[in-house]
Amino acid sequence: MSLKITVSDVAKVYRGRGRAVPALDRVSLQVADGEFVCIVGPSGCGKSTLLRILAGLIPQTSGNVAIASGGRGKPLHSFVFQEYAVFPWKTVFQNVAFGLQMRGVPEAERRAAALHWIERVGLREFADAYPHQLSGGMRQRVGIARAFANDPEVLLMDEPLGALDAQTRLILMDELLGLWELDRKTVVYITHDIEEAVLLGDRVVLMTARPGTPKATFAVPFARPRGVALKATPAFAGLSYQIWEALRDEAVAAMGAAGAGLGRATTRTGAPGAEYGS
Amino acid sequence: MSAEGRDRLLALGAPIALVALWEAAVRSGLLDARFFPPPSLVVGTFWRLAADGTLLQHTWASVVRVLVGFAIGSAAGLAAGLMLGTIRSLRVALEPVISALYVIPKVAILPLVMLIFGLGEASKIAIVAIATFFIAVINTTAAVVGVEPIFLEAGRAFGARRLQMFAHIILPGALPAIFTGLRLALGTALIVIIAAEFVAAKEGIGYFIWFAWNTLRPEAMFAGFIVIGALGMLSYAAIRWIGGRLMPWQEDVASPEGRSEHA
Repeated sequence: MSLKITVSDVAKVYRGRGRAVPALDRVSLQVADGEFVCIVGPSGCGKSTLLRILAGLIPQTSGNVAIASGGRGKPLHSFVFQEYAVFPWKTVFQNVAFGLQMRGVPEAERRAAALHWIERVGLREFADAYPHQLSGGMRQRVGIARAFANDPEVLLMDEPLGALDAQTRLILMDELLGLWELDRKTVVYITHDIEEAVLLGDRVVLMTARPGTPKATFAVPFARPRGVALKATPAFAGLSYQIWEALRDEAVAAMGAAGAGLGRATTRTGAPGAEYGS
Repeated sequence: MSAEGRDRLLALGAPIALVALWEAAVRSGLLDARFFPPPSLVVGTFWRLAADGTLLQHTWASVVRVLVGFAIGSAAGLAAGLMLGTIRSLRVALEPVISALYVIPKVAILPLVMLIFGLGEASKIAIVAIATFFIAVINTTAAVVGVEPIFLEAGRAFGARRLQMFAHIILPGALPAIFTGLRLALGTALIVIIAAEFVAAKEGIGYFIWFAWNTLRPEAMFAGFIVIGALGMLSYAAIRWIGGRLMPWQEDVASPEGRSEHA
Protein backbone atom coordinates (compact mmCIF):
# COMPACT_ATOMS: atom_id res chain seq x y z
CA MET A 1 0.00 0.00 0.00
CA SER A 2 1.30 3.44 -0.84
CA LEU A 3 1.91 6.08 1.78
CA LYS A 4 -0.54 8.97 1.85
CA ILE A 5 0.66 10.98 4.81
CA THR A 6 4.20 11.19 6.11
CA VAL A 7 4.95 13.08 9.28
CA SER A 8 8.66 13.16 10.12
CA ASP A 9 10.08 14.46 13.38
CA VAL A 10 7.52 17.20 13.75
CA ALA A 11 7.81 19.38 16.82
CA LYS A 12 5.73 22.34 17.89
CA VAL A 13 6.63 24.85 20.56
CA TYR A 14 4.23 27.64 21.46
CA ARG A 15 6.06 30.76 22.45
CA GLY A 16 4.56 33.62 24.37
CA ARG A 17 5.39 35.97 27.21
CA GLY A 18 8.92 34.74 27.53
CA ARG A 19 7.74 31.17 28.00
CA ALA A 20 8.07 28.32 25.59
CA VAL A 21 5.47 25.59 25.89
CA PRO A 22 6.31 22.47 23.94
CA ALA A 23 3.12 20.98 22.48
CA LEU A 24 4.51 18.28 20.21
CA ASP A 25 7.84 16.53 20.45
CA ARG A 26 9.39 14.57 17.58
CA VAL A 27 6.20 13.16 16.13
CA SER A 28 6.62 10.71 13.30
CA LEU A 29 3.63 9.05 11.73
CA GLN A 30 2.89 7.32 8.48
CA VAL A 31 -0.59 6.79 7.13
CA ALA A 32 -1.25 4.49 4.19
CA ASP A 33 -3.58 5.37 1.35
CA GLY A 34 -7.13 4.53 2.39
CA GLU A 35 -6.21 3.96 6.01
CA PHE A 36 -8.36 5.20 8.88
CA VAL A 37 -6.02 6.24 11.70
CA CYS A 38 -7.34 7.37 15.06
CA ILE A 39 -5.17 9.37 17.42
CA VAL A 40 -6.07 9.24 21.09
CA GLY A 41 -4.34 10.96 23.94
CA PRO A 42 -4.99 12.88 27.15
CA SER A 43 -6.33 16.43 27.00
CA GLY A 44 -3.72 18.92 25.95
CA CYS A 45 -1.42 16.32 24.44
CA GLY A 46 -1.21 18.27 21.22
CA LYS A 47 -3.30 15.94 19.07
CA SER A 48 -5.38 18.82 17.74
CA THR A 49 -2.18 20.75 17.13
CA LEU A 50 -0.86 17.87 15.05
CA LEU A 51 -4.02 17.81 12.97
CA ARG A 52 -3.84 21.57 12.39
CA ILE A 53 -0.25 21.22 11.25
CA LEU A 54 -1.39 18.53 8.81
CA ALA A 55 -4.06 20.91 7.53
CA GLY A 56 -1.55 23.73 7.14
CA LEU A 57 -3.54 25.87 9.58
CA ILE A 58 -0.55 26.37 11.86
CA PRO A 59 3.15 25.98 11.08
CA GLN A 60 5.27 23.36 12.80
CA THR A 61 8.39 24.49 14.65
CA SER A 62 10.50 21.79 13.02
CA GLY A 63 10.13 18.60 11.02
CA ASN A 64 8.26 17.78 7.84
CA VAL A 65 4.74 16.95 6.80
CA ALA A 66 3.83 15.58 3.40
CA ILE A 67 0.50 14.55 1.93
CA ALA A 68 0.74 12.70 -1.38
CA SER A 69 -1.37 14.27 -4.09
CA GLY A 70 -3.65 11.93 -5.98
CA GLY A 71 -3.15 14.04 -9.09
CA ARG A 72 -6.91 14.47 -9.46
CA GLY A 73 -6.83 18.21 -9.03
CA LYS A 74 -8.78 17.83 -5.80
CA PRO A 75 -7.89 19.49 -2.50
CA LEU A 76 -5.36 17.65 -0.37
CA HIS A 77 -7.42 17.71 2.79
CA SER A 78 -10.73 18.74 4.28
CA PHE A 79 -11.33 19.34 7.92
CA VAL A 80 -14.20 18.26 10.14
CA PHE A 81 -14.36 20.36 13.30
CA GLN A 82 -16.77 20.00 16.17
CA GLU A 83 -20.34 20.76 15.27
CA TYR A 84 -20.27 24.41 16.30
CA ALA A 85 -17.86 25.17 13.45
CA VAL A 86 -20.71 24.95 10.95
CA PHE A 87 -21.30 28.53 9.76
CA PRO A 88 -24.49 29.77 11.44
CA TRP A 89 -25.04 32.40 8.73
CA LYS A 90 -25.11 29.90 5.90
CA THR A 91 -27.88 27.46 5.11
CA VAL A 92 -27.20 23.72 5.14
CA PHE A 93 -26.75 23.87 1.38
CA GLN A 94 -24.38 26.85 1.51
CA ASN A 95 -22.35 25.20 4.26
CA VAL A 96 -21.95 21.95 2.38
CA ALA A 97 -21.07 23.77 -0.85
CA PHE A 98 -18.58 26.06 0.92
CA GLY A 99 -15.34 24.29 0.03
CA LEU A 100 -16.41 23.90 -3.59
CA GLN A 101 -17.38 27.55 -3.77
CA MET A 102 -14.01 28.66 -2.36
CA ARG A 103 -12.28 26.56 -5.00
CA GLY A 104 -14.32 28.15 -7.77
CA VAL A 105 -16.12 24.97 -8.82
CA PRO A 106 -18.79 25.91 -11.39
CA GLU A 107 -22.25 26.52 -9.97
CA ALA A 108 -24.01 23.53 -11.51
CA GLU A 109 -21.34 21.05 -10.46
CA ARG A 110 -21.16 22.57 -6.99
CA ARG A 111 -24.91 22.31 -6.62
CA ALA A 112 -25.04 18.70 -7.68
CA ALA A 113 -22.20 17.67 -5.35
CA ALA A 114 -23.61 19.54 -2.37
CA LEU A 115 -27.11 18.14 -2.85
CA HIS A 116 -25.68 14.65 -3.26
CA TRP A 117 -23.94 14.81 0.12
CA ILE A 118 -26.85 16.55 1.82
CA GLU A 119 -28.98 13.64 0.67
CA ARG A 120 -26.36 11.16 1.87
CA VAL A 121 -26.42 12.53 5.39
CA GLY A 122 -30.22 12.56 5.35
CA LEU A 123 -30.79 16.30 5.42
CA ARG A 124 -32.59 16.77 2.12
CA GLU A 125 -35.60 18.49 3.65
CA PHE A 126 -33.27 20.78 5.57
CA ALA A 127 -31.15 22.00 2.67
CA ASP A 128 -32.43 25.55 3.08
CA ALA A 129 -32.52 25.54 6.88
CA TYR A 130 -30.07 27.46 9.02
CA PRO A 131 -27.95 25.61 11.61
CA HIS A 132 -29.82 27.11 14.57
CA GLN A 133 -32.90 25.27 13.35
CA LEU A 134 -31.09 21.92 13.57
CA SER A 135 -30.14 19.66 16.46
CA GLY A 136 -26.48 19.19 17.38
CA GLY A 137 -26.34 15.85 15.60
CA MET A 138 -27.86 17.31 12.44
CA ARG A 139 -25.42 20.20 12.55
CA GLN A 140 -22.52 17.79 12.67
CA ARG A 141 -23.96 15.90 9.70
CA VAL A 142 -23.62 19.24 7.91
CA GLY A 143 -20.01 19.53 9.08
CA ILE A 144 -19.27 16.03 7.83
CA ALA A 145 -21.02 16.59 4.50
CA ARG A 146 -19.10 19.85 4.07
CA ALA A 147 -15.83 17.89 4.20
CA PHE A 148 -16.96 14.94 2.05
CA ALA A 149 -18.46 17.21 -0.62
CA ASN A 150 -15.07 18.86 -1.03
CA ASP A 151 -13.81 15.46 -2.21
CA PRO A 152 -10.34 15.75 -0.68
CA GLU A 153 -7.42 13.32 -0.73
CA VAL A 154 -7.44 13.14 3.04
CA LEU A 155 -10.08 13.77 5.70
CA LEU A 156 -8.88 15.35 8.93
CA MET A 157 -11.34 15.11 11.80
CA ASP A 158 -10.87 16.86 15.12
CA GLU A 159 -13.09 15.21 17.73
CA PRO A 160 -16.07 15.58 15.40
CA LEU A 161 -18.45 13.82 17.78
CA GLY A 162 -16.90 15.13 20.99
CA ALA A 163 -19.56 17.71 21.78
CA LEU A 164 -22.58 15.48 21.10
CA ASP A 165 -24.62 13.48 23.57
CA ALA A 166 -23.93 9.76 23.91
CA GLN A 167 -26.86 8.47 21.83
CA THR A 168 -26.31 10.93 19.00
CA ARG A 169 -22.65 9.97 19.05
CA LEU A 170 -23.44 6.29 18.52
CA ILE A 171 -25.81 7.09 15.66
CA LEU A 172 -23.27 9.31 13.97
CA MET A 173 -20.47 6.74 14.38
CA ASP A 174 -22.57 4.27 12.41
CA GLU A 175 -23.32 6.91 9.78
CA LEU A 176 -19.70 7.95 9.57
CA LEU A 177 -18.64 4.34 9.02
CA GLY A 178 -21.24 4.04 6.27
CA LEU A 179 -20.09 7.23 4.54
CA TRP A 180 -16.46 6.23 4.78
CA GLU A 181 -17.15 2.80 3.27
CA LEU A 182 -18.33 4.54 0.09
CA ASP A 183 -14.84 5.42 -1.07
CA ARG A 184 -12.54 4.69 1.88
CA LYS A 185 -10.61 7.90 1.90
CA THR A 186 -7.55 8.29 4.08
CA VAL A 187 -8.63 9.63 7.47
CA VAL A 188 -6.80 11.02 10.47
CA TYR A 189 -9.28 11.13 13.30
CA ILE A 190 -8.65 12.77 16.66
CA THR A 191 -10.65 11.64 19.65
CA HIS A 192 -10.36 11.22 23.40
CA ASP A 193 -12.85 8.34 23.32
CA ILE A 194 -11.01 5.02 23.09
CA GLU A 195 -14.06 2.99 22.04
CA GLU A 196 -14.79 5.47 19.27
CA ALA A 197 -11.20 5.07 18.06
CA VAL A 198 -11.37 1.27 18.13
CA LEU A 199 -14.73 1.19 16.38
CA LEU A 200 -13.70 3.55 13.57
CA GLY A 201 -9.98 3.05 13.06
CA ASP A 202 -7.72 0.60 11.30
CA ARG A 203 -5.05 1.73 13.70
CA VAL A 204 -5.09 3.61 16.99
CA VAL A 205 -2.10 5.79 17.80
CA LEU A 206 -1.72 6.68 21.45
CA MET A 207 -0.06 9.98 22.31
CA THR A 208 1.76 10.88 25.51
CA ALA A 209 0.87 13.81 27.72
CA ARG A 210 2.38 17.16 26.71
CA PRO A 211 4.65 17.45 24.90
CA GLY A 212 2.80 14.90 22.82
CA THR A 213 4.58 12.18 20.95
CA PRO A 214 3.32 8.80 19.78
CA LYS A 215 3.67 6.33 22.62
CA ALA A 216 2.20 3.19 21.13
CA THR A 217 0.24 2.00 18.14
CA PHE A 218 -2.54 -0.56 18.23
CA ALA A 219 -3.69 -2.37 15.11
CA VAL A 220 -7.47 -2.84 15.07
CA PRO A 221 -8.11 -6.25 13.55
CA PHE A 222 -11.89 -6.17 13.20
CA ALA A 223 -13.33 -6.83 9.75
CA ARG A 224 -15.14 -4.14 7.83
CA PRO A 225 -17.79 -3.04 7.21
CA ARG A 226 -18.22 -2.39 10.90
CA GLY A 227 -21.09 -1.08 12.96
CA VAL A 228 -21.82 -0.09 16.52
CA ALA A 229 -22.79 -3.75 17.21
CA LEU A 230 -19.07 -4.48 17.31
CA LYS A 231 -18.96 -2.79 20.70
CA ALA A 232 -20.83 -5.75 22.20
CA THR A 233 -18.04 -8.23 21.44
CA PRO A 234 -15.44 -9.33 24.03
CA ALA A 235 -12.57 -8.75 21.61
CA PHE A 236 -13.65 -5.10 21.25
CA ALA A 237 -13.82 -4.63 25.00
CA GLY A 238 -10.46 -6.35 25.41
CA LEU A 239 -8.66 -4.10 22.96
CA SER A 240 -10.33 -0.98 24.32
CA TYR A 241 -9.20 -1.89 27.82
CA GLN A 242 -5.69 -2.60 26.66
CA ILE A 243 -5.49 0.88 25.14
CA TRP A 244 -6.96 2.42 28.27
CA GLU A 245 -4.28 0.76 30.39
CA ALA A 246 -1.63 2.35 28.23
CA LEU A 247 -3.41 5.72 28.21
CA ARG A 248 -4.11 5.89 31.93
CA ASP A 249 -0.58 6.92 32.95
CA GLU A 250 -0.62 9.69 30.38
CA ALA A 251 -4.04 10.91 31.45
CA VAL A 252 -2.88 11.07 35.04
CA ALA A 253 0.30 12.87 33.97
CA ALA A 254 -1.75 15.36 31.96
CA MET A 255 -3.97 16.10 34.97
CA GLY A 256 -0.91 16.67 37.12
CA ALA A 257 0.63 18.96 34.55
CA ALA A 258 -2.57 20.92 34.19
CA GLY A 259 -2.61 21.36 37.95
CA ALA A 260 0.92 22.73 37.92
CA GLY A 261 0.11 24.88 34.90
CA LEU A 262 3.11 23.55 33.03
CA GLY A 263 3.87 20.90 30.50
CA ARG A 264 5.91 17.84 31.38
CA ALA A 265 9.54 18.58 31.85
CA THR A 266 10.78 15.16 30.83
CA THR A 267 10.87 14.19 27.23
CA ARG A 268 9.62 10.76 26.43
CA THR A 269 11.36 8.38 24.19
CA GLY A 270 8.20 6.79 22.94
CA ALA A 271 8.19 3.81 20.68
CA PRO A 272 6.44 4.98 17.55
CA GLY A 273 5.49 2.12 15.38
CA ALA A 274 5.48 -0.47 18.15
CA GLU A 275 2.60 -2.75 17.43
CA TYR A 276 0.46 -4.15 20.20
CA GLY A 277 -2.94 -5.72 20.15
CA SER A 278 -4.71 -8.28 18.03
CA MET B 1 -56.92 32.84 31.88
CA SER B 2 -53.78 31.62 30.12
CA ALA B 3 -50.38 32.80 31.31
CA GLU B 4 -49.90 34.57 28.01
CA GLY B 5 -53.22 36.37 28.29
CA ARG B 6 -52.40 37.48 31.81
CA ASP B 7 -49.01 38.81 30.68
CA ARG B 8 -50.66 40.81 27.92
CA LEU B 9 -53.22 42.23 30.33
CA LEU B 10 -50.43 43.27 32.70
CA ALA B 11 -48.34 44.83 29.95
CA LEU B 12 -51.28 46.85 28.64
CA GLY B 13 -53.04 47.46 31.92
CA ALA B 14 -50.10 48.80 33.93
CA PRO B 15 -49.44 51.87 31.75
CA ILE B 16 -53.16 52.67 31.59
CA ALA B 17 -53.37 52.40 35.35
CA LEU B 18 -50.35 54.70 35.74
CA VAL B 19 -51.86 57.33 33.47
CA ALA B 20 -55.16 57.11 35.35
CA LEU B 21 -53.27 57.48 38.64
CA TRP B 22 -51.44 60.51 37.28
CA GLU B 23 -54.70 62.14 36.18
CA ALA B 24 -56.25 61.50 39.57
CA ALA B 25 -53.17 62.83 41.39
CA VAL B 26 -53.25 66.09 39.45
CA ARG B 27 -56.99 66.58 39.90
CA SER B 28 -56.82 65.96 43.63
CA GLY B 29 -53.94 68.42 43.91
CA LEU B 30 -51.32 65.86 44.93
CA LEU B 31 -49.27 66.68 41.83
CA ASP B 32 -48.58 70.26 40.83
CA ALA B 33 -50.36 70.89 37.51
CA ARG B 34 -47.75 73.55 36.61
CA PHE B 35 -45.11 70.82 36.28
CA PHE B 36 -47.23 67.79 35.57
CA PRO B 37 -50.20 68.72 33.42
CA PRO B 38 -52.94 66.10 33.53
CA PRO B 39 -52.76 63.47 30.79
CA SER B 40 -56.13 64.63 29.44
CA LEU B 41 -54.64 68.07 28.76
CA VAL B 42 -51.44 66.60 27.29
CA VAL B 43 -53.38 64.39 24.91
CA GLY B 44 -55.61 67.27 23.87
CA THR B 45 -52.58 69.48 23.22
CA PHE B 46 -50.85 66.67 21.34
CA TRP B 47 -53.82 66.23 18.99
CA ARG B 48 -54.19 69.97 18.40
CA LEU B 49 -50.47 70.36 17.58
CA ALA B 50 -50.51 67.24 15.46
CA ALA B 51 -53.58 68.41 13.56
CA ASP B 52 -52.22 71.87 12.72
CA GLY B 53 -48.94 70.39 11.47
CA THR B 54 -46.71 71.95 14.14
CA LEU B 55 -45.50 68.64 15.55
CA LEU B 56 -45.01 67.16 12.11
CA GLN B 57 -42.86 70.08 11.00
CA HIS B 58 -40.57 69.83 14.03
CA THR B 59 -40.47 66.06 14.00
CA TRP B 60 -39.56 66.00 10.35
CA ALA B 61 -36.72 68.49 10.87
CA SER B 62 -35.23 66.30 13.61
CA VAL B 63 -35.75 63.05 11.71
CA VAL B 64 -33.96 64.37 8.62
CA ARG B 65 -30.96 65.51 10.70
CA VAL B 66 -30.80 62.19 12.53
CA LEU B 67 -31.12 60.10 9.40
CA VAL B 68 -28.55 62.02 7.37
CA GLY B 69 -26.11 62.28 10.27
CA PHE B 70 -26.61 58.64 11.21
CA ALA B 71 -26.10 57.51 7.61
CA ILE B 72 -22.84 59.45 7.28
CA GLY B 73 -21.52 58.56 10.73
CA SER B 74 -22.41 54.88 10.66
CA ALA B 75 -21.12 54.37 7.12
CA ALA B 76 -17.79 55.95 8.06
CA GLY B 77 -17.71 54.09 11.38
CA LEU B 78 -18.51 50.81 9.71
CA ALA B 79 -15.76 51.23 7.10
CA ALA B 80 -13.21 52.33 9.69
CA GLY B 81 -14.22 49.56 12.09
CA LEU B 82 -13.88 46.88 9.43
CA MET B 83 -10.39 48.12 8.64
CA LEU B 84 -9.37 48.41 12.29
CA GLY B 85 -10.77 44.98 12.99
CA THR B 86 -8.90 43.27 10.21
CA ILE B 87 -5.60 45.18 10.21
CA ARG B 88 -3.90 44.60 13.52
CA SER B 89 -1.24 47.30 13.30
CA LEU B 90 -3.87 49.92 12.47
CA ARG B 91 -5.88 48.80 15.47
CA VAL B 92 -2.91 48.96 17.82
CA ALA B 93 -2.08 52.46 16.58
CA LEU B 94 -5.55 54.00 16.58
CA GLU B 95 -7.61 52.22 19.21
CA PRO B 96 -6.29 54.28 22.17
CA VAL B 97 -6.97 57.52 20.30
CA ILE B 98 -10.49 56.48 19.41
CA SER B 99 -11.23 55.26 22.92
CA ALA B 100 -10.00 58.56 24.35
CA LEU B 101 -12.15 60.61 21.97
CA TYR B 102 -15.13 58.31 22.49
CA VAL B 103 -15.48 59.16 26.17
CA ILE B 104 -15.84 62.89 25.51
CA PRO B 105 -19.59 63.63 25.61
CA LYS B 106 -20.43 64.73 22.10
CA VAL B 107 -22.65 67.54 23.38
CA ALA B 108 -19.53 69.08 24.92
CA ILE B 109 -18.00 69.69 21.50
CA LEU B 110 -21.19 71.16 20.05
CA PRO B 111 -19.86 74.76 20.32
CA LEU B 112 -16.75 73.74 18.40
CA VAL B 113 -18.84 71.98 15.77
CA MET B 114 -20.99 75.09 15.39
CA LEU B 115 -17.88 77.20 15.06
CA ILE B 116 -16.69 74.97 12.24
CA PHE B 117 -19.98 74.18 10.49
CA GLY B 118 -21.95 77.32 11.23
CA LEU B 119 -25.44 77.72 12.61
CA GLY B 120 -27.26 75.94 9.78
CA GLU B 121 -28.19 72.32 9.20
CA ALA B 122 -24.58 71.25 8.67
CA SER B 123 -23.60 71.59 12.33
CA LYS B 124 -26.59 69.51 13.50
CA ILE B 125 -25.89 66.79 10.97
CA ALA B 126 -22.19 66.87 11.84
CA ILE B 127 -22.73 66.43 15.58
CA VAL B 128 -25.03 63.46 14.96
CA ALA B 129 -22.53 61.98 12.51
CA ILE B 130 -19.66 62.36 14.99
CA ALA B 131 -21.59 60.76 17.83
CA THR B 132 -22.72 57.92 15.56
CA PHE B 133 -19.26 57.40 14.11
CA PHE B 134 -17.56 56.67 17.42
CA ILE B 135 -20.13 54.14 18.56
CA ALA B 136 -20.15 52.46 15.15
CA VAL B 137 -16.37 52.28 14.84
CA ILE B 138 -15.82 50.89 18.34
CA ASN B 139 -18.56 48.29 18.05
CA THR B 140 -17.60 47.25 14.54
CA THR B 141 -13.95 46.81 15.54
CA ALA B 142 -14.95 44.72 18.53
CA ALA B 143 -17.37 42.74 16.38
CA VAL B 144 -14.70 41.87 13.82
CA VAL B 145 -12.12 40.97 16.45
CA GLY B 146 -14.77 38.94 18.23
CA VAL B 147 -15.56 36.62 15.34
CA GLU B 148 -15.11 33.10 16.70
CA PRO B 149 -11.63 31.77 15.83
CA ILE B 150 -13.17 28.41 14.88
CA PHE B 151 -15.01 30.08 11.96
CA LEU B 152 -11.79 31.70 10.75
CA GLU B 153 -10.08 28.31 10.96
CA ALA B 154 -12.92 26.62 9.11
CA GLY B 155 -12.73 29.26 6.39
CA ARG B 156 -9.01 28.81 5.97
CA ALA B 157 -9.27 25.02 6.16
CA PHE B 158 -11.55 25.12 3.13
CA GLY B 159 -9.21 27.36 1.21
CA ALA B 160 -10.87 30.77 1.53
CA ARG B 161 -8.61 33.56 0.33
CA ARG B 162 -8.38 37.02 1.86
CA LEU B 163 -11.40 38.57 0.16
CA GLN B 164 -13.41 35.38 0.49
CA MET B 165 -12.60 35.26 4.19
CA PHE B 166 -13.89 38.78 4.50
CA ALA B 167 -17.11 38.28 2.55
CA HIS B 168 -17.99 34.77 3.75
CA ILE B 169 -16.67 34.65 7.29
CA ILE B 170 -15.69 37.95 8.87
CA LEU B 171 -18.53 40.18 7.70
CA PRO B 172 -21.41 37.79 8.44
CA GLY B 173 -19.71 36.67 11.64
CA ALA B 174 -19.45 40.24 12.87
CA LEU B 175 -22.85 41.43 11.65
CA PRO B 176 -24.89 40.66 14.79
CA ALA B 177 -22.55 42.64 17.03
CA ILE B 178 -22.31 45.41 14.41
CA PHE B 179 -26.08 45.75 14.54
CA THR B 180 -26.03 45.97 18.30
CA GLY B 181 -23.68 48.91 17.82
CA LEU B 182 -25.92 50.54 15.23
CA ARG B 183 -28.89 50.23 17.57
CA LEU B 184 -26.92 52.01 20.30
CA ALA B 185 -25.73 54.61 17.82
CA LEU B 186 -29.23 55.45 16.66
CA GLY B 187 -30.39 55.88 20.25
CA THR B 188 -27.46 58.20 20.93
CA ALA B 189 -28.16 60.11 17.71
CA LEU B 190 -31.63 60.94 19.06
CA ILE B 191 -30.19 62.17 22.37
CA VAL B 192 -27.59 64.30 20.64
CA ILE B 193 -29.98 65.92 18.18
CA ILE B 194 -32.41 66.92 20.95
CA ALA B 195 -29.56 68.49 22.91
CA ALA B 196 -28.25 70.27 19.84
CA GLU B 197 -31.69 71.60 18.99
CA PHE B 198 -32.13 72.95 22.51
CA VAL B 199 -29.39 75.48 21.92
CA ALA B 200 -28.84 75.84 18.22
CA ALA B 201 -31.94 75.42 16.08
CA LYS B 202 -35.04 77.20 14.95
CA GLU B 203 -36.92 73.96 14.33
CA GLY B 204 -36.86 70.41 15.46
CA ILE B 205 -38.44 68.56 18.33
CA GLY B 206 -35.67 69.66 20.71
CA TYR B 207 -36.29 73.28 19.78
CA PHE B 208 -40.03 72.68 20.20
CA ILE B 209 -39.58 71.44 23.77
CA TRP B 210 -37.19 74.27 24.62
CA PHE B 211 -39.64 76.81 23.20
CA ALA B 212 -42.48 75.27 25.23
CA TRP B 213 -40.38 75.78 28.33
CA ASN B 214 -39.68 79.40 27.37
CA THR B 215 -43.38 80.03 26.92
CA LEU B 216 -44.35 78.10 30.04
CA ARG B 217 -46.49 75.48 28.31
CA PRO B 218 -45.64 72.21 30.07
CA GLU B 219 -48.44 70.40 28.26
CA ALA B 220 -46.66 71.16 24.95
CA MET B 221 -43.38 69.89 26.46
CA PHE B 222 -45.10 66.64 27.30
CA ALA B 223 -46.43 66.42 23.75
CA GLY B 224 -42.79 66.68 22.65
CA PHE B 225 -41.83 63.88 25.04
CA ILE B 226 -44.46 61.67 23.44
CA VAL B 227 -42.95 62.33 20.02
CA ILE B 228 -39.43 61.49 21.25
CA GLY B 229 -40.65 58.28 22.84
CA ALA B 230 -42.39 57.30 19.62
CA LEU B 231 -39.25 58.10 17.58
CA GLY B 232 -37.16 55.93 19.92
CA MET B 233 -39.53 53.00 19.61
CA LEU B 234 -39.82 53.42 15.86
CA SER B 235 -36.05 53.53 15.30
CA TYR B 236 -35.60 50.48 17.50
CA ALA B 237 -38.22 48.59 15.49
CA ALA B 238 -36.66 49.74 12.20
CA ILE B 239 -33.16 48.52 13.14
CA ARG B 240 -34.64 45.27 14.34
CA TRP B 241 -36.54 44.81 11.09
CA ILE B 242 -33.52 45.57 8.91
CA GLY B 243 -31.39 43.25 11.06
CA GLY B 244 -33.92 40.47 10.61
CA ARG B 245 -33.85 40.94 6.86
CA LEU B 246 -30.04 41.01 6.68
CA MET B 247 -29.55 38.15 9.13
CA PRO B 248 -32.21 35.54 8.50
CA TRP B 249 -30.06 33.04 10.37
CA GLN B 250 -30.57 34.84 13.67
CA GLU B 251 -33.46 33.91 15.89
CA ASP B 252 -33.72 37.41 17.29
CA VAL B 253 -31.17 40.02 16.35
CA ALA B 254 -31.94 42.99 18.47
CA SER B 255 -33.27 41.37 21.61
CA PRO B 256 -31.81 43.39 24.47
CA GLU B 257 -31.31 40.37 26.71
CA GLY B 258 -29.92 38.15 23.96
CA ARG B 259 -26.57 39.70 23.14
CA SER B 260 -23.84 41.55 24.90
CA GLU B 261 -23.23 45.13 23.88
CA HIS B 262 -19.53 44.78 23.00
CA ALA B 263 -18.99 48.44 23.87
